[in-house]
Amino acid sequence: MNLDLVIRELHRSENELAHVLLRMSERHKSDHETYHVARDLASWCHDHVRALAEAGKEYGLDLDPSPAGDPSMVERLREKAAEWLGRRPEPGLLLLADFRHLYLAASGVSLDWELLAQAAQGAKERDLIELARRCHPQTLRQLRWANARLKESAPQALAS
Amino acid sequence: MPHVDRIAEPWGTRTPYGPGEPWPVRVDSFLEAGVRAQDVERWVQSATILHSNGDGLDIAVKDGRVVGVRGRAEDRVNHGRLGPKDLYGWQAVNAPDRLTRPLVRQNGRLVETDWDTAMERVAGRVRQLLDEQGPSAVGFYTTGQLFLEEYYTLAVIAHGGIGTNHLDGNTRLCTATAAAALKESFGCDGQPGSYTDVDHADVIALYGHNMAETQTVLWTRILDRLAGPNPPALVCVDPRETPVARAATVHLANRPGTNVALMNGLLHEIIANGWIDERYLRDHVVGFQELRKRVHDFPVEEAARICDVPPDALREAARLIGTAQRLLSTVLQGFYQAHQATAAAVQVNNIHLVRGMLGRPGCGVLQMNGQPTAQNTRECGADGDLPGFRNWSNDTHVRDLARIWNVDPIDIPHYAPPTHAMQMFRYAEEGSIRFLYVTGTNPAVSLPELERIRSILAQERLFLVVQDIFLSETAQLADVVLPAATWAEKTGTFTNADRTVHLSDKAVEPPGEGRPDLDIFLDLAHRLDLRDKDGAPLVKWSDPEGAFEAWKECSRGRPCDYSGLSYARLRGSGGIQWPCDADRSGGTERLYAEGRFWSAPDYCEDYGHDLLTGAPVSDTEYRALNPDGKAIIKAAEYVPPHEQAGGEFPFWLTTGRTLYHFHTRTKTARAPQLQRAAPEPWVEMSPADASRDGFAEGDLLEIATPRGAVRARLRITEMRDGLVFLPFHYGYWDLPGGCGPGAGSGRAANELTITEWDPVSKQPLFKTAVARVSLVEVCPGTPSLAPTTTASRPVSSEVPATAGGAEAQAEESLP
Repeated sequence: MNLDLVIRELHRSENELAHVLLRMSERHKSDHETYHVARDLASWCHDHVRALAEAGKEYGLDLDPSPAGDPSMVERLREKAAEWLGRRPEPGLLLLADFRHLYLAASGVSLDWELLAQAAQGAKERDLIELARRCHPQTLRQLRWANARLKESAPQALAS
Repeated sequence: MPHVDRIAEPWGTRTPYGPGEPWPVRVDSFLEAGVRAQDVERWVQSATILHSNGDGLDIAVKDGRVVGVRGRAEDRVNHGRLGPKDLYGWQAVNAPDRLTRPLVRQNGRLVETDWDTAMERVAGRVRQLLDEQGPSAVGFYTTGQLFLEEYYTLAVIAHGGIGTNHLDGNTRLCTATAAAALKESFGCDGQPGSYTDVDHADVIALYGHNMAETQTVLWTRILDRLAGPNPPALVCVDPRETPVARAATVHLANRPGTNVALMNGLLHEIIANGWIDERYLRDHVVGFQELRKRVHDFPVEEAARICDVPPDALREAARLIGTAQRLLSTVLQGFYQAHQATAAAVQVNNIHLVRGMLGRPGCGVLQMNGQPTAQNTRECGADGDLPGFRNWSNDTHVRDLARIWNVDPIDIPHYAPPTHAMQMFRYAEEGSIRFLYVTGTNPAVSLPELERIRSILAQERLFLVVQDIFLSETAQLADVVLPAATWAEKTGTFTNADRTVHLSDKAVEPPGEGRPDLDIFLDLAHRLDLRDKDGAPLVKWSDPEGAFEAWKECSRGRPCDYSGLSYARLRGSGGIQWPCDADRSGGTERLYAEGRFWSAPDYCEDYGHDLLTGAPVSDTEYRALNPDGKAIIKAAEYVPPHEQAGGEFPFWLTTGRTLYHFHTRTKTARAPQLQRAAPEPWVEMSPADASRDGFAEGDLLEIATPRGAVRARLRITEMRDGLVFLPFHYGYWDLPGGCGPGAGSGRAANELTITEWDPVSKQPLFKTAVARVSLVEVCPGTPSLAPTTTASRPVSSEVPATAGGAEAQAEESLP
């Protein structure tokens, strides 16, 4: 069984998503809704990280339950954002770029939860099925938020 | 006829009545000194405009001037009564410092000019920006104080003509959450209840609603029930000891920022005790199981711990609400301007859904409004929504609107939700909105974090137009100021918080060159040469009645149907409640009788949102969730506020109204009786907090938050410990500084408030900020000048009672 692989990857990707959200919150302090909601949503990732670390013990994993950062990843993301924007200074465009990356990161996490849920069902692991049932809907809410904010920010940022 | 000092006795004389009985008539009036009723030349029909209650009144006219007011005995809303603001506030119309000529900025100063010059500057700038950048450069920020005809015309100009998505009202600050909560629960805006529910209810729950000060006449109705046989029990949720709290059977003074936890606790207790209507839930509601699961985590002890209220009080409140036979609930700013605003207001709707208490006498929800015409801002689309409660994400609705306006659907922006006010100011801060047209409101005092707002409004690159009746703080920052006519000087209709439509006829001429807002909008449309798709003028009317007739067509078949109304029917009437069409020609007292809602996927105004993130629910998701058009129960997780009191900022700061003032006092400060009743700002603290810090009544204090500081004298009141309260009305126009604190100390409460809003309704948070308080000057023997008749009632018995004296003697006539 390779359930440990999925749990480990999800633990990594939830940490990454938390980082994306917090980084975004910091970058857009003057965009107040983004600042506050991103922080609320990062706390869900932290909660998932803790739950995954706990669940991982059953599968021989020793995962850190406290949320961790990955500076190299953030740097990479910032570079990509800058690339896509051609280093444009407008805050509206930066915001759009960051939501675009958030959307992609959250999609990855959502996919991982999908994999975990499928694997857990195959292996009849009830605790993991329950974990996915509890956490995955929150990832989907994070994803929908990113999508909604993209839609509403795009016209002003791109058509002005 | 008996005379009463209505400053000293804001609610007047009791006329007790019992459940199901008609509320007795009491006609209140107040005339200018020296004018007797028989001297009045004409009485002109209107309604009140300094709050949302919509009380019918007649304006007294003599020698071409307004000389007083008298309540209309036959009006369904007030049965003749008027509140203090209505009795005295009309004097502002005659104020000597009204704006009488257009002003334009020249060499940094505002100078008088003629209408043609001013309007050409406005239209010229719009044309230039449309060429350079397109409609995204143009924003409109209106109010809850114009008339229906004006809002609808503005919506047509902005959405159908200019094609901008940037249109909102200051209703964002007062009533956005009411609309949002109704859309979440019922798929559509529209007040479910009626004021007449007060006549029947056996339990009335007021959530964050100091009705005694915000809707004085509706509170008078409750006081008369309380004085009569079989009075209702009152439940009050408010951190201050308001007049409502004093009259309540149970008062829950919860910790700021915990409304959702409180509501979840109440719902937990109601569900656990089986005080629910299973059949109603099965037949008319979706989403109950999710609620049951969510509130499972909020047993009374846990909710009481989070909210810091006695568990027994919470239990008793739940028992009253859960066992009521006829439950009326009202909600206002304590919920709307607080953290998790929509989530909390929706839980009040949920209580009525689990109890099956809607659409019957005494069983109603009143998600209240703050301003007199806020309902029209919402239904006409001047808050950015599409007119007639059309759904911007339903293409059929957009096509239908395009047909009515005779434009191409693509010309109506509907690619995203409308830009809310706070976002517009953000775009102006970033520089992508470069033209802002403000009508009848004063953001330089009323928006949060004023230093930021002033700096945005003062930018060179922003062209600011202000249309108002006085040179407000905001007008002082404008590039063009347009002098408007006000209530009594123009004709139009408006709708109160229980859907009652009133006609307000013109009684006198506006001063100088002042013009009705409608005429100014029509002038703008003409100068911009706005056309429909066949090349005819887009705006096809030239007077108020023409605009009303156009609106009737736009509203036909929609929930807010006005098609059965007309000026002729409204003239002489006691107010008529929409929907009013051929089948319901007398109007509609209560919505949602027999569990029928406007929430069918093809008809609803809104598919709803995630209550925490604000992300909209999609068409497909909504169809799956609610295919049969039932009411929607939405559960909410409790999230603590983002700012937490403690450390450097140990207090919670909350702001609010006082009975004697409205908005930023532009009118009420110009009525001497009202101004004297509450002449300057004050700060309220509890006795325990004041004595711990060694402060006494009347001491000058400084209140500071991470955003700024203000000074005010202390009033010690019975309220929650750990809380400070500031009234938000006071700005700078009547101080030497003019539009801001300058080098002096600030006094506007919004110097302190936080720039944060509810992600669903986008209503800013005025009730949850953190603050510190320090002593500036000890002032022994000089109490604060805060009113003693209201929530600011002093603990000390040595403070002189608020009174209006000889100049405030109003008449009360009891048949």
